[in-house]
Amino acid sequence: MSRTAENYRGYNFAYLDEQTKRMIRRAILKAIAIPGYQVPFASREMPMPYGWGTGGVQVTAAILGPSDVLKVIDQGADDTTNAVSIRQFFEKTAGVETTTETEKATVIQTRHRIPEAKLQGHQVLVYQVPIPEPLRFLEPRETETRTLHALAEYGLMHVRLYEDIAQHGHIAKTYAYPVLVADRYVMDPSPIPKFDNPKMDDCAALQLFGAGREKRIYAIPPYTKVVSLDFEDHPFEATKFEQPCALCGATDSYLDEVITDDQGGRMFVCSDTHHCETRRCEGHVGHLGMPVTEAAE
Amino acid sequence: MTNLSASPLLVAEGLSKFYGSRIGCRNVNFALQPGEVLAIVGESGSGKTTLLNLLSGQLAPNAGAVRYRMRDGETKNLLDLSEAERRFLARTDWGFVHQDARNGLRMGVSAGGNIGERLMGVGDRHYGRIRETARGWLDRVEIDTSRIDDKPTQFSGGMRQRLQIARNLVTHPRLVFMDEPTGGLDVSVQARLLDLIRGLVADLGLAVVLVTHDLAVARLLSHRILVMKDGHVIEAGLTDRVLDDPQEAYTQLLVSSVLAA
Ligand SMILES: [Zn+2]
Repeated sequence: MSRTAENYRGYNFAYLDEQTKRMIRRAILKAIAIPGYQVPFASREMPMPYGWGTGGVQVTAAILGPSDVLKVIDQGADDTTNAVSIRQFFEKTAGVETTTETEKATVIQTRHRIPEAKLQGHQVLVYQVPIPEPLRFLEPRETETRTLHALAEYGLMHVRLYEDIAQHGHIAKTYAYPVLVADRYVMDPSPIPKFDNPKMDDCAALQLFGAGREKRIYAIPPYTKVVSLDFEDHPFEATKFEQPCALCGATDSYLDEVITDDQGGRMFVCSDTHHCETRRCEGHVGHLGMPVTEAAE
Repeated sequence: MTNLSASPLLVAEGLSKFYGSRIGCRNVNFALQPGEVLAIVGESGSGKTTLLNLLSGQLAPNAGAVRYRMRDGETKNLLDLSEAERRFLARTDWGFVHQDARNGLRMGVSAGGNIGERLMGVGDRHYGRIRETARGWLDRVEIDTSRIDDKPTQFSGGMRQRLQIARNLVTHPRLVFMDEPTGGLDVSVQARLLDLIRGLVADLGLAVVLVTHDLAVARLLSHRILVMKDGHVIEAGLTDRVLDDPQEAYTQLLVSSVLAA
């Protein structure tokens, strides 16, 4: 029991009581044992609204230990309201060390991104998931989607992609792009950009997915095969950017469009703020950036 | 029948289904040959829908068996199939044409996607090929191929039924179950649809189990008829014989009411 937890209005370490954590851990273990399979769990009320990552927060609370180092990102950034409030939540309730450095973190809770830095075997990536069911779009009946998963009847997923190509000439889905996990279960990777999909494949870190409102947990164990669905004549392609990051010049990272002034000025910068900072500290400068030494001092 | 194969495609053996003390259907026996169209006729409540659901494996009988000769030639009791096997059979070697197209189509998916679903379900992963096949089937069921990306919601009732048929036939099933396929359509639309079904059945050598209350539909499409009343088959035989020379009083009544109408 850490001192902070005792201090925090009598809450247990990481807010949830031990019995609840055990229940969630059992769901996590089952999820790891059946990669990509959605395990139901008794999602608890958390002191934050649904849509703020209550599923991810419960998973993080269940796996966090006092010696863990936690990083929380929202759309790749450590400094958004959502990321800051979740980080503060665990600082207060668990007293764990927090960081913005991907390499230093042992647990990374994320909404909508996978960090650019290659994840390591001692790390766990926890995704916040709004809608866990990849088949929901075409099959609203829960009993039927369960059967489709059980029997691996996934033709419907390709119908969805077919419709995309018929309408747009290519697979227009750019985020929450469905994947086949370990040659068995089709899985919604949460609304990460499809740019990140290849990072899930053969990843050294354990990947856990928590959906609070929908009460589901699923997982990709380390070094699991993860394949993005596609057609032979319309193969999956990760998003490519036409220009490098304006601040750090990176050509291999996911970029966000940022409005810079009232006159409609805009630039493309790394969505992974830590990645961008690291590169700038290493001396990389983009076409709109400035050397980091001046800015930092 | 041109098919010389001695073994039937589908056999019903002493099929019975009870709902408590009420009889759904009782002791139904028949054999369906490849390429044969069998009409099950009767009024609502006669047990014809129960029988259809038993035959297509959607309902388990209280007694009896349904035997089906699989594509590999082996005859199996439907009850012995796993759910996965039964569903695979249903979306490859069988078709199911519903009276209400909304139960047989995905209304939010384009015509091409509706036709392509079965192909994708059995592992076809080539978009261009799926699309070409879908075009071919649209053409075959007399839907303008330029409508390939339109949704069934934009289609007339007759077009929806034709699309439903195309969606089912794309995997070349050997047996199609039809539940009042022309029900609720205008007479002229009905006539065109019946014509199309008759042509496809003949061209493709399809076996059909057709449930209808409409004896005119049965006469036009079927080779043989089962007349059902209160869950029992009360008369069976070649369609022309049963309709021109009905033996049972009830069948005579059915036939005469059609003639009167
Ligand atoms: Zn950058």
